[in-house]
Amino acid sequence: MSSPVPKSPEQSEKSRKYDRQLRLWGDHGQRLLENSKVCLINATALGTEILKSLILPGVGSFTIVDGEKVTEEDIGCNFFLEYESVGLPRAQIATQCLLELNPDVRGDYIDETAEHILSNTQNFFKNFTLVVATGVSEKVLVTLSKHLWECNVPLLVCRSIGFLGYVRLQIKEHTIIEAHPDSESPDLRLDIPWPALQEYLDGVNIEQLDQKEKNHVPPPVILRYYLNKYKESHEGKLPEKRVEKEALKQMIRDSGNSEEGKQRFVLDENFEQAIHYANSCVTTRAVPDHVQVILDDDCCTNLTQSSSSFWIMCAALREMVEAEGALPVRGTLPDMAADTNSYVTLQNIYQKRAQQQVEVIYRRASQIARNLGLSQETITESEVKYFCKHSSELHLIRGTCIADEYQKTNLDLTAYLEDPDSLIFYYVVLRGLERFIGEFNAYPGQFEDQVEPDILKLKGVIGKLLSEWGYSHALREERVYEVCRYGTAELHSVSSILGGCAAQEVIKVITNQYKPLNNIFIYDGINCTSASFCL
Amino acid sequence: MEEFQEGTQKRWIHLRNILERPGPFSRPEYVPSPEILEFLLTSCKVLIIGAGGLGCELLKDLAMMGFRHLHIIDMDVIDLSNLNRQFLFRHKDIGLPKAEVAAKYVNARVQGCQVVPHYCPIQDRSEGFYQQFHVIVCGLDSVPARRWINGMVVSLLCYDEDGVLDQSSVIPLVDGGTEGFKGNARVIVPGVTACIECTLDLYPPQVTYPLCTIANTPRLPEHCIEYVKVAQWPKDNPFGVDLDGDDAQHLTWVHEKAVERATQFNIKGVTYRLVQGVVKNIIPAVASTNAVIAAVCATEVFKIASTSLVPLNNFMIFNDIDGIYTYIYEAERKVDCTVCSNIPQLVTVEDPSKMKLKDLVELLRESPKFQMKSPGLTTTVNGTNKTLYMSTIGAIEKMTKGNLTKSLLELGLKDGQELMVADTTTPNAIIVKLAFKQSDTEMK
Ligand SMILES: [Zn+2]
Repeated sequence: MSSPVPKSPEQSEKSRKYDRQLRLWGDHGQRLLENSKVCLINATALGTEILKSLILPGVGSFTIVDGEKVTEEDIGCNFFLEYESVGLPRAQIATQCLLELNPDVRGDYIDETAEHILSNTQNFFKNFTLVVATGVSEKVLVTLSKHLWECNVPLLVCRSIGFLGYVRLQIKEHTIIEAHPDSESPDLRLDIPWPALQEYLDGVNIEQLDQKEKNHVPPPVILRYYLNKYKESHEGKLPEKRVEKEALKQMIRDSGNSEEGKQRFVLDENFEQAIHYANSCVTTRAVPDHVQVILDDDCCTNLTQSSSSFWIMCAALREMVEAEGALPVRGTLPDMAADTNSYVTLQNIYQKRAQQQVEVIYRRASQIARNLGLSQETITESEVKYFCKHSSELHLIRGTCIADEYQKTNLDLTAYLEDPDSLIFYYVVLRGLERFIGEFNAYPGQFEDQVEPDILKLKGVIGKLLSEWGYSHALREERVYEVCRYGTAELHSVSSILGGCAAQEVIKVITNQYKPLNNIFIYDGINCTSASFCL
Repeated sequence: MEEFQEGTQKRWIHLRNILERPGPFSRPEYVPSPEILEFLLTSCKVLIIGAGGLGCELLKDLAMMGFRHLHIIDMDVIDLSNLNRQFLFRHKDIGLPKAEVAAKYVNARVQGCQVVPHYCPIQDRSEGFYQQFHVIVCGLDSVPARRWINGMVVSLLCYDEDGVLDQSSVIPLVDGGTEGFKGNARVIVPGVTACIECTLDLYPPQVTYPLCTIANTPRLPEHCIEYVKVAQWPKDNPFGVDLDGDDAQHLTWVHEKAVERATQFNIKGVTYRLVQGVVKNIIPAVASTNAVIAAVCATEVFKIASTSLVPLNNFMIFNDIDGIYTYIYEAERKVDCTVCSNIPQLVTVEDPSKMKLKDLVELLRESPKFQMKSPGLTTTVNGTNKTLYMSTIGAIEKMTKGNLTKSLLELGLKDGQELMVADTTTPNAIIVKLAFKQSDTEMK
């Protein structure tokens, strides 16, 4: 998937403009982003903040659906509206102001409500990569959520009120190839080397090297040498428990004793690193649970003609894992103390093996595709290469439909409700707020003289919701009060926090990189805290 | 009171509900009133340091949160690679001062907003300038600049004769930082909560490659590039000037040489992008993280200036690599902080007849506590001021260079001697007190 290195170092204007983000999601992630089409329902302050952080990095196109006209209240919290535009269609003005941010992005708008489009234009939302909804009513949300669930278009719903807000992702199935884990131990296969690796590793007798040679040996060679020695004295068993690994580490440490029997307290860096790697790299990593789940998934074991290339590659991967008991070799080595020659030689051995395994999986995946009656081009070798390189980072998310959450009477929050300080209670309050708006056609506390009575009403609504779900938990009253005092207040800075978070989730979904939220994020700006829950 | 009436406009309804209605989580002593919004609109002055990724966002956020008397300071001009996140700039603005373009844009968009730009280094402004602000908020990518402004706000603190802090001299500092998908925001109440210097160990040192590795046993493409940068460029000096990471010709040369070196060692993976990254020490950046961190900072500025809510105490970290994660904790003050503790900094000297002045300079640069860049040392010997060493001014450097190889004893320094140390990381000299372990050697 990664593009070939250009012969000439001259960079295109685009890659210079996007340089700082290309270092995160690469040219392949950028390509997906540039081919995506995002729809925003309602150009609220939160909505335009989300779009801003999608337009700047270069989303392909956006469409704003909004039937409202710009009000003075809008001007007070939405940066992407102009003072002179009061009374004009909000979708139009926001589109104009946002398009200015990046000439590479296309944008258009529809001056209609989402409700209107849902009931009049059948397939409108189906054509988007993802739909973002802000400030929608409960009724519209339920219809929209069901519709998008059926057409398999991801939906991101956000709300910002006062110091509070949430981001909720609805996605039927999402697969991640590159999760970009913060740190991962190197993939060395010292316990199950293939012949070429074994030949190289076992061709070095550490104890017969002179001092200069000794401090040039790559750590995996050292580790393998003492691993063999350990096995000899332990009935051929590998060290598994902590104490056993300690014994192995001690053997390496003891090698620092000089011939005269004097203690050398300082080990060479490569020996130190070998000791370090002894913790995590002696035994080949088992297939991680999040990968095994994918290999055992129905989509992997029962392929059909409509299976995506991801699942076809997974099926081929599954066969290799069954045959070899491990994932393909990653094929890269982290930097380690060694001389250039040994390091490069060792690295080439890993790389060559990885390439061989890519070819095996590619051949097998192409065959599977052919057997399914799919065309030759369904799978490309570069795609398989990318897939194999990250095979230990594969993740699958199967989300839930928001409409179910709103219609279900048995929403299971039991585990979350136990802690009275949990932010899940803000979810409950905000659900109450949405129900309130639906019932009374106004925000609680919207009118100056109604704040007190609205608190009571909102408490009633929330109590009813909780009992519908079968709970009798008492809510901390001040949380209800707090939301009522907000009235219709949307704070720009809070929307900007939520908008930034939401936009990045959209980018994750589009690029299939980094793990997105699963599935609701609640932000409390009063205390600067947040929490995520899976509903 | 024209402005006061303006506070009643519909556009301020959001802030009015927050500021004029009592809230269960507000500070107990907070009295809701229209005067708070009036204060934000008419008199509250906030300084934004940096007009980059965070600065642009901060300016927008604060302008939308009712702040009008905003100042923004930045010495940089706009570059093409800024446009993916610094959303107040357009292609036509490339080469223009960031602070000026940002101020102009926000003043045009947000009615009534009066942003004043300062196109200069922060060091060009005096105490009097910084003193005028109610809150200062930083969106910087440089640690030395952060340390400098931190030193400035601490130096503005006034204590009475009993050592009690005069609250009116306290200017809260809100600081944000980002790197890729990670970020942090913090609130510093100078003299009260942990300052930048108290927590200097939070800023990891820049990645460096050992010289012996890059010269003798390169393994990574980065090693080859670094070698060309630190060894080959000064030797060949292809353009007769220092290496400039923004000059495409320079980078092309480094790329070519690095590819040659990599080929020689059979190392793969030298790309132009990597060359740029290593030479310029590029930190990845994305619009979303900047938006989040700046907005967290702006929310805290709003809490502080309006006094309606208790601000963050005092450190928040953010990471959205895997889901969205935030965490807050209280960073602790360091009792012997070089900047905010009022305690002279002791430097223990094992043997003043052996320790050379250059060792002391080295210690000030390398020790985790000081981490100075180019310390300049002066002291008083027999009642007269004496410059021991100063590298920043050419003529003085020449005059004092000889002192570097002299021992502290040879320079006439005594146990308990106080040295004034100036450095780019601090606006005011720090007093360092020498403590000789073997004071009996003094008489030798
Ligand atoms: Zn301090």
